[in-house]
Amino acid sequence: MKKINRILFYITTFIMVVLSLLPFVWFVGTSLKTALEVTAIPPVIVPAGTLDSYKSAIDEYNLLHFVKNSIIVAGSTTVITLLISIIAGYSLARLRLKYKGMIMGALLLVSMFPQISIAGPVWRILQDLGWLNSFHGLVIPYVTLTLPLGVWILAGFFGELPEELEDAARLDGCSHFQTLFRIMVPLAAPGVFTAAILVFIYAWNEFFFALLIMTQQKFQTLPVGIALFQGQYTLPWGEIAAASTVATVPIVLLVFLFQKRIVGGLSAGAVK
Amino acid sequence: MKFSILTRERIFALSLLTPCFLFVALFAFYPILYSVYLSMHKIILSLPGLGRPFVGLDNYRALFHDRIALHSFINTMLFVFTTTFFEIVFGLAIALVINKHFMGRGIVRAAILVPWAIPTVVSSQMWRFIFHDKYGLMNYMFFGSDTSAYTAWLADPGTAFIAIVVADVWKTSSFAGLLILAGLPIIPDDLYEAARIDGASAWQQFRKITLPLIKPAILIALLFRTMDAFRVFDLVFVMTQGGPADSTNVLQFYGYKKIFAEGLMGYGSTISVMVFLITLIISVFYIRMIGMGMFQEKGR
Repeated sequence: MKKINRILFYITTFIMVVLSLLPFVWFVGTSLKTALEVTAIPPVIVPAGTLDSYKSAIDEYNLLHFVKNSIIVAGSTTVITLLISIIAGYSLARLRLKYKGMIMGALLLVSMFPQISIAGPVWRILQDLGWLNSFHGLVIPYVTLTLPLGVWILAGFFGELPEELEDAARLDGCSHFQTLFRIMVPLAAPGVFTAAILVFIYAWNEFFFALLIMTQQKFQTLPVGIALFQGQYTLPWGEIAAASTVATVPIVLLVFLFQKRIVGGLSAGAVK
Repeated sequence: MKFSILTRERIFALSLLTPCFLFVALFAFYPILYSVYLSMHKIILSLPGLGRPFVGLDNYRALFHDRIALHSFINTMLFVFTTTFFEIVFGLAIALVINKHFMGRGIVRAAILVPWAIPTVVSSQMWRFIFHDKYGLMNYMFFGSDTSAYTAWLADPGTAFIAIVVADVWKTSSFAGLLILAGLPIIPDDLYEAARIDGASAWQQFRKITLPLIKPAILIALLFRTMDAFRVFDLVFVMTQGGPADSTNVLQFYGYKKIFAEGLMGYGSTISVMVFLITLIISVFYIRMIGMGMFQEKGR
């Protein structure tokens, strides 16, 4: 009986892994096909292994330009969100303050907003400021929407540090600010890192606001580029698959390297 | 003037929260109120000369007679129910598997997380290609080389809706699994041992021991997934553009079309406000079921 359970368990696990990976592996395979193979009916299973689609995505569809924009937007979002989340998370976890529960709840509410309920006004505000089609015009809403995640994770990490450390630092004459950045932040480094990964993934993947705010190709990020890929007559599936692979590989690498932190961070943000 | 230590600490705590407050107030809460304001005016982006006359609740009255809006609402609810149902079922299975200790668990976890990590636009294009009427893997798997039987999945209202459900379930089941996993309590083996001695089957053990204990975790996963399914947009934008015949039109996509494609800032904002109210009601309902304890504990 035990043995059968074991075998069943491994079969289930195997099926889960295959189902998770197969569709994407198929798409990566498509990116490695020749133009003829991509549009073969019925489909060709094993790709020829050419990089033509990548070359064409770079030369004709400006792929690297989108990559650059995505790095700028996701990178600045991550830095700004983390700086703000560190001080806010520290304040909520370690300092005496009223209405903490309410503040945390309000933040959670923000993370659950349907984007459409703020999209029109955010667009108008940015338009009035002349910030449509600018990097900061996109980074600002991204920071707003990733702050709840960052604050929740960091408040969780700061909350678990022992109080004695802080007391010792105070006795040594450290100010609040010094205590925070010299003692607490280094100790909460795993939390900072976890939050950074999750915020980066969010900003790298976000599409809705990027679509609204970046109407000029010059500023568009990878998801917008990939969604709007259009050939002259037909959809360039090989190039779309190539660009998709380029957009996904860094994220998948992060997942494989930091799987433990991501699992921990996501659950800290959700339940604790 | 001298402040007490406590007052100084509170001032410091508030000043640390100020940047966070500013962002959230200006770009999340203020826009909600602004949406309410816009929804009571007639504003058409392509006709700036019109100004912004106040029309009271006219836009809301129009919304209740808008058949496409009703259709999008029904589609959204249907999408929310079907996707969250399957995601919780698969998520539960995933959580139970990755909770066990076995060789290579880290790699299995990472592999299962891949769909969650992929940009939604990428997974949407990917599924669009898999459901492609000519080059798609789906047709090949069902009909092999019999090309005459190939179906245009995304061109038929019924199958197009199923296609976006499949794409969403594939992408987010692992996230639902993680949320459940996070809430999985350590269930003592003695409980199962005792149940076995009493002759309980594996299914009975699951129903009578595991399920009641993980119910809070499932509720939280349900809350997060429901809210997320409500704002489905990328999938619809890339895979179907709301079609065919509005069969995959959902509220967020409809609102986007009204505000940005048609420039009906006033009317579109009524959709924004309604979506906000619906999600607010649902989340309040869930949070009451889960209990407010989760915030209070966190805020200490």
